[in-house]
Amino acid sequence: MALLELRQVGMRFGGLLALEDLNLEVPEGGLYGLIGPNGAGKTTVFNLISGFLRPTSGSIRLSGTELVGLPPHRITALGVARTFQNIRLFGELTVLDHVLVGQHLRGRARWWQAVLGLPGARREAREQERRAWELLTAVGLAEVAHEPAGQLPYGHQRRLEIARALATGPRLLLLDEPAAGLNPQETRELMTFLQDIRRRYGLTLLLIEHNLPLVMGLCEHLTVLDHGLTIAQGPPAAVQKDPAVIRAYIGKR
Amino acid sequence: MRGWRPGVRASSLAALMTRSTWLTLAAMALLALCLAAAERFGNEYQVRLLHNVAVFITLAVSYHLINGVCGQLHLGPNAFITLGAYTAALLTLTPAEKAATFLLTPLIWPLREVSLPLAPALLAGGLVAAGFGVLTGFPVFRVRGDYLAIVTLGFGEVVRVAANNLQGLTNGPLGLKGLHPLDSLWWSWGVAGLTVLVVHRLKNSSFGRAMQAIREDETAARAMGVDAFRHLMLAYVLSAFFFGVGGGLLAHLITTISPGLFSFFLTFQLLIIIVVGGLGSTTGAVLSAVFFTLAGEWLRVVEEPRQVFGLMVPGIPGLRLVIFSLLLLLVILFFRRGLLGRREFSWAALGAWLSGGRRSKSRG
Repeated sequence: MALLELRQVGMRFGGLLALEDLNLEVPEGGLYGLIGPNGAGKTTVFNLISGFLRPTSGSIRLSGTELVGLPPHRITALGVARTFQNIRLFGELTVLDHVLVGQHLRGRARWWQAVLGLPGARREAREQERRAWELLTAVGLAEVAHEPAGQLPYGHQRRLEIARALATGPRLLLLDEPAAGLNPQETRELMTFLQDIRRRYGLTLLLIEHNLPLVMGLCEHLTVLDHGLTIAQGPPAAVQKDPAVIRAYIGKR
Repeated sequence: MRGWRPGVRASSLAALMTRSTWLTLAAMALLALCLAAAERFGNEYQVRLLHNVAVFITLAVSYHLINGVCGQLHLGPNAFITLGAYTAALLTLTPAEKAATFLLTPLIWPLREVSLPLAPALLAGGLVAAGFGVLTGFPVFRVRGDYLAIVTLGFGEVVRVAANNLQGLTNGPLGLKGLHPLDSLWWSWGVAGLTVLVVHRLKNSSFGRAMQAIREDETAARAMGVDAFRHLMLAYVLSAFFFGVGGGLLAHLITTISPGLFSFFLTFQLLIIIVVGGLGSTTGAVLSAVFFTLAGEWLRVVEEPRQVFGLMVPGIPGLRLVIFSLLLLLVILFFRRGLLGRREFSWAALGAWLSGGRRSKSRG
């Protein structure tokens, strides 16, 4: 069964049709790409899945659980994490704090237990810190753990956004243009990194990307959107040859 | 190999923790000793001043929780302080005193006959304020946006008008008189210590981090699974509780309260205190509260008539406030983030500063 399943999802903003009849099946463990020209509705899809927008029609299920109508934090708790197209970090907080915030939703201790410093709450805090260091070491950010995120170089900020999302313990990771602003060398590193975390954490990845070499090299399956309509679906090689795709997207270049 | 070695960092951190913990405990013991001495040997004025310092620490630190840690502009501490003050006052007065005070309209029934000791009265003041915190916070935090400032500002007015008109509950514009004065410094300083402890621990917990994440980027925080509504409600209601307790203390410190006593001016004063201390810094709020309360007293001099070069200059009432405003401007100009910014005071940072003259950042 598919981990993520979108059925007939549509989204209208007033008279503007942002998305129409999108069907998407992301298999467990898959690496799925969502591409399309600017304004095609890709980020809207992410906002619908992560609960920031409520679709005007259709259903979105995560291994059978309906996500439509749930608030973002509940959807994250069910195992969907995301990054943002324009990096959105917690500027002043340190790198370590970011990862700890990501773990906050898995905490069992209540606020008053933390305030009273009860043994259970302390143990949990120590455990969270240990896991945070583990994760930072795994993604190569341990050295800058105490730096405020706002002062990191751009590539590190992108990486931190992914680390923070990983800290929430996701099954499905939504990446909104992870390679935006990276040079070819950094993009290659990102590809290896994504493959690596996918294996290590048993993740399913759904990514939006403009960088075609990255998408073609990484994804097993693609959906191409244009003006809210699905114009092609299939493996990269087939999509690449699709005349509609060439007309709408590649042909424009 | 990456530079991080778990064992080394953990053990040096532990050593630092214990040393600064000892220093903190020593500083607190010293403070307690000073308070005991002040209570024993200090005159009435000094004791009163110390009460004021403690109450302002309580109010500033709880204000800092919602304004500084969560980054929500709350403009109604005075409303919750008023609620706490009236609640506590109505509970501590004896039935005979109440009968003598409520001349025009008698006090409504259950309150007419109860009389409680100070501690439960303060607690009740806090709980009533927290209850109104739940009522006002619920609609505000359900929607996103900057409604909190408007709602809390309006709530301050609602409380004042209600206090003026609910004769049978508040004695209207006449207010309440002859409250029993605080009999020990430990009341105000105990509450202040408790407030600082709770806010400090909350801020440094997982919940406090989530609140700071909301301050930095609410959308991103929600995407990371932070329930913004619950966290903001927690901070808001908890601050309302401490405002209420602080209000109860203020009432028994001033011993006479009236509907307009805790006006928006008090809120503004608290806002100056936390901005100057550094929005988001608990220790900054404490230091700033101490400074402003004491400075407010020392600056009384400027409002007194005096001889200047043989000329008699009459006292200018309100000049202190002009000086405070100038001070605020200076801080905003030269220390844009307040004196401590978002850093916290730490012994390690103080040591580094003293030894090297170098500003070292405290981490958490």
